[in-house]
Amino acid sequence: MSWIDIAAVDDIPERGARVVKTPVGCIALFRTGAEEVFAASNSCAHKGGPLADGIVHGQKVTCPLHNWVFDLNTGQAVGEDARIATYPVRIEAGRVLLDGMAVDDRSAA
Amino acid sequence: MKQKLVIIGAGMSSGRLIETLVDTNPDAFDITLFNAEPRGNYNRLMLSPVLSGEKTYEEIVTHDDAFYATHGVTCRFGEKVTEIDRAAKVVTGENGPVRYDKLVIGTGSEPVIIPLPGHDLEGVIAYRDLEDTQRMMAMGEGRRVVVIGGGLLGLEAAAGMAARGAAVTVVHLMGHLMERQLDEAAGYLLKKSLEGKGITVRLSANSKEIVGENGRVKALRLDDGTELPCDLLVMAVGIRPNIALGKAAGLAVGRGIHVDDQMVTSDPDILSIGECVEHRDAIFGLVAPLYEQAKVAAQTLLGREAAFVQKSLSTKLKVTGCDLFSAGDFADGEGREDIVFRDPSRGVYKRLVIEGDRLIGVVMYGDTSDGSWFFGLIRDGTSIDDMRETLIFGPAFQGGTQLDPLSAVAVLPSEAEICGCNGVCKGTIVEAIAAGATDLGAVRARTKASASCGTCTGLVEQLMQVTLGDDFQMPTAQPICGCCDLTHEDVRRLIKTKELKSQPAVWQELGWKTVNGCHVCRPAVNFYLLADWPLDYVDDPQSRFVNERKHANIQKDGTFSVVPRMWGGITTADELRAIADAADKYNVPTVKVTGGQRIDLLGVKGEDLPYIWADLNRAGLVSGHAYSKGLRTVKTCVGTDHCRFGTQDSTGLGIKLEQALWGSWTPHKVKLAVSGCPRNCAEATCKDVGIVCVDSGYQVGVGGAAGMDVKETERLLDVTTEGEAIAVTIAFVQLYRENAKYLDRPYKWLAKVGLDWVRDHIMDANERQRLIDAFELSQSIYRKDPWAEHAARPRAYTHLADLTLEAAE
Ligand SMILES: Cc1cc2nc3c(=O)[nH]c(=O)nc-3n(C[C@H](O)[C@H](O)[C@H](O)COP(=O)(O)OP(=O)(O)OC[C@H]3O[C@@H](n4cnc5c(N)ncnc54)[C@H](O)[C@@H]3O)c2cc1C
Ligand code: HEM
Ligand code: SF4
Ligand code: SF4
Ligand code: FES
Repeated sequence: MSWIDIAAVDDIPERGARVVKTPVGCIALFRTGAEEVFAASNSCAHKGGPLADGIVHGQKVTCPLHNWVFDLNTGQAVGEDARIATYPVRIEAGRVLLDGMAVDDRSAA
Repeated sequence: MKQKLVIIGAGMSSGRLIETLVDTNPDAFDITLFNAEPRGNYNRLMLSPVLSGEKTYEEIVTHDDAFYATHGVTCRFGEKVTEIDRAAKVVTGENGPVRYDKLVIGTGSEPVIIPLPGHDLEGVIAYRDLEDTQRMMAMGEGRRVVVIGGGLLGLEAAAGMAARGAAVTVVHLMGHLMERQLDEAAGYLLKKSLEGKGITVRLSANSKEIVGENGRVKALRLDDGTELPCDLLVMAVGIRPNIALGKAAGLAVGRGIHVDDQMVTSDPDILSIGECVEHRDAIFGLVAPLYEQAKVAAQTLLGREAAFVQKSLSTKLKVTGCDLFSAGDFADGEGREDIVFRDPSRGVYKRLVIEGDRLIGVVMYGDTSDGSWFFGLIRDGTSIDDMRETLIFGPAFQGGTQLDPLSAVAVLPSEAEICGCNGVCKGTIVEAIAAGATDLGAVRARTKASASCGTCTGLVEQLMQVTLGDDFQMPTAQPICGCCDLTHEDVRRLIKTKELKSQPAVWQELGWKTVNGCHVCRPAVNFYLLADWPLDYVDDPQSRFVNERKHANIQKDGTFSVVPRMWGGITTADELRAIADAADKYNVPTVKVTGGQRIDLLGVKGEDLPYIWADLNRAGLVSGHAYSKGLRTVKTCVGTDHCRFGTQDSTGLGIKLEQALWGSWTPHKVKLAVSGCPRNCAEATCKDVGIVCVDSGYQVGVGGAAGMDVKETERLLDVTTEGEAIAVTIAFVQLYRENAKYLDRPYKWLAKVGLDWVRDHIMDANERQRLIDAFELSQSIYRKDPWAEHAARPRAYTHLADLTLEAAE
């Protein structure tokens, strides 16, 4: 893994999300708690709705277009047979770090 | 020949080190102990009970003169070490040097002082040692204190001084107290307990300046201009490892003095323990790991094998009556699951965080008796698979106890108002039930509760259930969502009755089963709170659907539409030119005239929004709220100005209405229209409020619809003056804001409460005035252009980072 410093945790509103453009597409960073961030594809598995614009609750997000709900731990859509990609992310000293290998299209399997 | 051991700092960790050394091998070392404080080792944790008066200083001394004498410890108290010469192996104190064979640095940490203007004034202190404690002990009756920092230390300081009678205000930067250890729900309960002790808590408050007079502190000024007068200001905003000595001596340091698993620094003859060290990227602020470090250091000094391992930690707050416990980790991880238990009647909140088959974190408030059991499960990594279902009930669980969905109603005091229309309180209803009213009709007949608008029916039924038990079969009402057992109407009423003014308050007091709601209940609760408490509650953008959060309608391809407001449908050549320019500049693919007499720019990219708004703002255009559950448009016809049939100035009235109502949030969208005569060109009779002008005045109709349902308005009132027409409209909108279920358009709400009920309210002169005043109060906050506000911070609308550029390099 190669951790890339993205931004301060506080740049993402609590129970909100922000988008990072990457070679594998737009990734949303969801802040589910004071010190908790998840990274997943910004594109809904249903019709591509922008998940970063959804409502973040617990460790889930609801798509703003047709209310599909995704578990951010796994990317699994609740009650649907679909999932979105998730990516390794961690917080260190108030900064959000994203795994550079996982979001690089040359190395992503 | 004894080795010479010098210890710098007589703190919590070095005390434990000396004990372990003399217990294991009293003859190994000849110890010299320096301490900057003019005293030996005492229990620093217990300063808080000393402050509150529950203990005396004498009771918290851990090592007295006799102890040092018995064990031949040379004490150099009140003497600061100024230098370490590693080459000569000499430590220099203020009163002279001493040679060492082995050296231990245990200098602890120093409080962080925010460099606010005025931080060096007399009367600005931190909370670290006995001197600070004594300063605070002088604060009693009639003294005012401000504490900056709502963490463990700040709150213990605040509670201690409040116990002595001082008027204490805690100023905290974050949205809830102790955010490192607690989640919002527990933070809410803690705040409530502290407020119960007379402490004022100001959250999300940013300190700007400390104001002084004659060199003494006088007040704290916040960045919103508020001044909090004080005689003493305590800063408790964090600690920083005290590494100056180690660093000057050339030891490897980061945030703390680097040590290995044996507590040895980069110099093999120098060890370090306590809050001044950094071990495997971690620094420490609680005693449990420091005691471990002290024991390991003792073993290392004695030439034995030992290694320090970091373990999970638990936190308690030493404030009587604030029973909280937090342990382990509820941050940053994959594959986690929450179990939440709330008992509003006892003010209890418990949350467990589970990963796989392990418990990894716990937060509790109100009842922490199972804290150490949970902590044990975390520390030992016990598999909880067999007890997952009942885990939250603790080790004593014997089956049976289930969270009672009725507890929120059960705990209401008997004077709590249940029926807002008829002012009937719980006690009256319970009496009526006890006197034989065993069905809803009888309760209604006897007390009038739920006999008017009917929205409190659910609560009355729950009361009957609580009072009559199994004798009453409660109809199943539809709860808001899976997060709770209450209907929208119940929640609305309870928010008013119990004066719940924040989302965590609602979640806790009404027994929410999830940590922070879901996409169904959050927007509803957010609206109820801002409608009922416009001054106390701050709108939460994260509880809004994207359209309202971004102030633009999201389109099916993820782009947005932009609709400027055109008051009463009137525009000018300049405005049209600005709109055309914006359409060119931002490559707007579609420009459309809407059904509400506005111009819609469709297909604007999310990141362009703040800029197009700024451009439109410059031409005097503001947001048309075409996305909001709020006032959308007031459609008008040209009326007496141009039309030969016009009876009144319908355009003028429409503009006035729009200017009064814009910006307000409502349960669902609200559309108005004003037609200048019964020919009704503005199609007023299918609007939420539609006014038709006639020779004798104004016919105000309400509850029209032209969506999935089509409905003609019903006549609310006929009035003679324009002023009255405006008053009636505002009163109607406010009544709807106060009572309707979220996402019910007025016609749906009217079908539930009845037009007569609404008319009675609006005809009552006092009530009408109250409604108008309440609306105006709310508008003092919400009648503003969201575009102007958001255009000022465009960064929130763009991506956080762009890694595609870096990858291309
Ligand atoms: C009010 C209060 C309440 C607390 N409550 C809790 C609690 O409930 N639970 C918990 O786990 N932790 C609590 N803590 C934290 C806990 O007290 C600390 O983690 C612990 O005291 C740190 O121990 P230490 O040995 O590293 O440093 P300290 O105990 O701070 O000792 C360091 C000593 O070194 C001296 N010193 C520094 N520089 C020099 C120098 N150059 N020369 C000579 N001497 C020097 C200092 O004067 C000080 O006496 C609390 C702290 C405070 C202030
Ligand atoms: C000189 C007289 C009149 C003038 C100046 C006039 C002007 C207008 C204007 C400006 C509109 C657009 C309203 C708007 O949406 O903003 C309009 C719409 C309309 N007018 Fe008239 N009007 C006149 C007479 C009438 C009469 C006599 C009738 C019916 C008997 C009538 C029926 C309508 C209707 C139904 C609409 C709505 C059309 C629609 O938008 O679907 N008008 N009129
Ligand atoms: S509603 Fe009446 S006054 Fe208004 S434009 Fe139509 S005809 Fe004229
Ligand atoms: S009528 Fe239907 S398709 Fe047309 S804009 Fe409204 S919601 Fe969309
Ligand atoms: S695109 Fe996300 S639910 Fe339809």
